[in-house]
Amino acid sequence: MIQVKNLEKHFGDNHVLKNISIKYRPGECSLIIGASGSGKTVLLKSLVGLHEPDSGEIWYDKVKFSSLSFNEKKNIRKEIGMLFQGSALFDFATVEENVRFPMDFFTEWSESEKLERVNFCLNRVNLKNVNKLMPNELSGGMQKRVGIARAIALNPKYLFCDEPNSGLDPQTSILIDQLISEITKEYNITTVINTHDMNSVMEIGDRVGFIHKGELLWEGDKENVLTSDCEELNSFVFASRMAKKVKEMMG
Amino acid sequence: MKKSLEQLGQYFLLMKIVFTRPDKGRIFRKQFFIDTEKLVLNSIPIIAVISVFIGAVIVIQTAYNIESPLIPKMYVGYMARESLVLEFCSTMVALILAGKVGSNISSEIGSMRISEQIDAMEMMGINSANYLILPKIASATIFNPLLMLMSFILGLLGGAMIISLTGVITLSQYSEGLQYAFRMYYIFYSMIKMAVFSFIITSISSYYGYYADGGSLGVGRSSTKAIVASSVAILLANLVITQLMLN
Repeated sequence: MIQVKNLEKHFGDNHVLKNISIKYRPGECSLIIGASGSGKTVLLKSLVGLHEPDSGEIWYDKVKFSSLSFNEKKNIRKEIGMLFQGSALFDFATVEENVRFPMDFFTEWSESEKLERVNFCLNRVNLKNVNKLMPNELSGGMQKRVGIARAIALNPKYLFCDEPNSGLDPQTSILIDQLISEITKEYNITTVINTHDMNSVMEIGDRVGFIHKGELLWEGDKENVLTSDCEELNSFVFASRMAKKVKEMMG
Repeated sequence: MKKSLEQLGQYFLLMKIVFTRPDKGRIFRKQFFIDTEKLVLNSIPIIAVISVFIGAVIVIQTAYNIESPLIPKMYVGYMARESLVLEFCSTMVALILAGKVGSNISSEIGSMRISEQIDAMEMMGINSANYLILPKIASATIFNPLLMLMSFILGLLGGAMIISLTGVITLSQYSEGLQYAFRMYYIFYSMIKMAVFSFIITSISSYYGYYADGGSLGVGRSSTKAIVASSVAILLANLVITQLMLN
């Protein structure tokens, strides 16, 4: 479980995260939703230690992650997988080398064991015969899948996904969502996903937190998102003309 | 002024992170050889072409400027050798490398920064600065002095080539000049300069790439800044090393 307590973050005069407290449980896809610039990515990057919070605490199970040094964080980071918005595949390496990258650094496995694990991870994300391709030879959806394969390479306990559907067509988005959800349940991973895609919320959102101007305004499950009293959440969820029409039809 | 000092501080802090023990020796060695190929071996053609032509030009210019019959013609070879070893093969070659290698490093690391590849490494718990920058600094600092030697030899050959083609002096006069008052220490001095310049080029370019921001335009800006800053630092270092080693 990941627990966040009273997290604050400023960039200069810009107060980006305001007293965020939230829990993320294993085996659940916890979604952070909110408009662009609301602080979702800063929260996610603070959770994995890419941003140093100004105050507050981040706990990974019984370890206070936010007070560890870079070297001390390494042990926790070995248990974290992350899918970045633009996939962040290493463009100097092939697909196989990308997925193998964390294994090279953090395991003493033999070459054959690494290859076996690479193939297992690529198969798990439904990719075959792509080992020797470079990232720029892949479509956006395939890059995301390789990103997921790399993220699960070391059997992570925690998985973070920053807008996994950005730039993808609706059908591929659903496939990626389903893949993340399946992996979360299969390996009992604590998964945190940043998104502003309402389809994802309805597909895989076991828990949903809504961030508005750096504040966590609402928390609940996906069923309650549509019936919430939170005015800001309603404006966000029913922003499109189609959503407004559906809401009118629902009465 | 305040910003420059902040940048200087940030540069030294980055170097502190770079110069730590690599996470895995095997991975460092692999990266070291990849960077040696990219930064040193791939620079050979451009350095070779420039050295041959500059050697030839120095010989022609010197020969046509020695008008007095009292000055022996062999001084053409002597002056070509001294010009090449003291300034051209280290300082001028380093300035050329600042443009070629410096922009390559800063744009490569900069584009990794803006596409979150560096974040991905950091998130995995990998010291990205050490992994990306240390092999570049090590390979260039170790092997670029050999590029300087190669440039020196090719510059002298370029001089010999133009003498054969134009006959401004005889080859024996040239050869006599090359051997006249030869000081091995100058080659050592030039190699030391090249090692320092290589450190400057790779570390400064890496610094600008590592802290690039603002999308692809930002990468372009960091590349330009890297070349300008490296060139100025090379000229300053040239002055200091010359004062220290030749005074």
